[in-house]
Amino acid sequence: MEKHIVVIGGGVAGMEAAGQLAEAGFNVSLVEKENRTGGHINDWYKLFPDRRDSSEVKKYLENRVSSKSIRIITNSSVEKIHPNRNNISLFTQDGSELSADAVIVATGFDLFRSERKEEYGYGIYDNVLTSADLEAMFRKGSISMLNGKLPKTIGIVHCVGSRDEKVGNFYCSKLCCVTAVKQAIEIREHLPESKVFCFYMDMRMGGAHYEELYREAQESYGVNFIRGKVSEVSESINNKLVIKAEDTLAGRPMKIELDMLVLMAGMEMSENGGKMASASGLLTGENRFFATTDPHYASNISNIKGIFYAGTCTSPMNITDTISHARSAVFEVIKYLNKPKN
Amino acid sequence: MEKFGFAISEGRQIDWDSNDRSIADYIREREPSYMACIACGGCSATCTAGNFTSFSLRELNILLHRGENNRPRKEIKKCMLCGKCSLVCPRGVNTRNVVFLARQAFQKIDSHAV
Repeated sequence: MEKHIVVIGGGVAGMEAAGQLAEAGFNVSLVEKENRTGGHINDWYKLFPDRRDSSEVKKYLENRVSSKSIRIITNSSVEKIHPNRNNISLFTQDGSELSADAVIVATGFDLFRSERKEEYGYGIYDNVLTSADLEAMFRKGSISMLNGKLPKTIGIVHCVGSRDEKVGNFYCSKLCCVTAVKQAIEIREHLPESKVFCFYMDMRMGGAHYEELYREAQESYGVNFIRGKVSEVSESINNKLVIKAEDTLAGRPMKIELDMLVLMAGMEMSENGGKMASASGLLTGENRFFATTDPHYASNISNIKGIFYAGTCTSPMNITDTISHARSAVFEVIKYLNKPKN
Repeated sequence: MEKFGFAISEGRQIDWDSNDRSIADYIREREPSYMACIACGGCSATCTAGNFTSFSLRELNILLHRGENNRPRKEIKKCMLCGKCSLVCPRGVNTRNVVFLARQAFQKIDSHAV
């Protein structure tokens, strides 16, 4: 009998894992909580660092899960995983039960809810957006303020919900710096008359071609980079956003009035993933993401036999790393199922 | 005699080997969060004193770490201990206690010197 693997989460990691499992000859059920697969990629217009249309990657992934041996179950979320003697049971929110020989958890991440960082005024002031809101504007093809006018000065705040013990997130989300640079370039392309200011603590351009994109933003797009954490945002009498930061390299406090502010929301363990973890006895780390048994050589392996991890449910990751991680999760599943049971 | 305006400039180098970092050590031993600063400037941006005077806690932190104590010795008095900086700090540095301890350390060291 063919083995049956359940993959939880139909984002990049889950879709890649499901495709790879099907290729390896398994029957796969891909469980997705939304009404369609794709995950966060559905909300993103263009991808860093090459700024290709996200729909190209989506098309690749959809093709990946088009195999007959993959059953996609949408509008369904797994609440609890329970290992039995010979198989693993999964219980979903609608009371149904799935049975699997192995499970890949690919529950991904949630974007940090920026209203929690109240001093930045998201949900309070007009024209304070998140990186995700800006992507939606890019897709529509127009960036405008709430009153319909075009913004002339736009600020970008790095590290919103990352590297910030005030919101309980000590870690770096890794991808917001390069997202800021990408979006700064795109704003300048959409609005050539505009001025863009990035407020950063450190520029973490660790991925392939990230640094080159940063340089391009400086040289070809004239993006201003100011090294200082934004401490507070308020609204002036003429409805402008007043940003306060220290220009640490100039060594003086700085004030700037802007038309629009974009918050680079960080990545957090998904809420559903967190609930499933505690219901199932899956261990999570200090950063609340799933804890793997070894960060170096067992980054797909959970503390429960037969349950494996893929992608950003273990830590912030870009698409390239997520796809590699999903493939290695499949390899771990194969190793696990080939091992004689005692 | 005609003065030609020649003068000997003081070195600008931070002389790590001869600098005295005892103030920083004093603070660190009593307030370990002092070491967690990443110089983001959040404290100085929100600082009431810093908006009107040259006071910058971020700058004083780094100077004390390097043992460049002369400027901090004078500057540290400008803080009004309002604590806004500690509300902003992303690393959870107990900034107010750092200022308090720095003042204490200067007082102790300077009184011994007399």
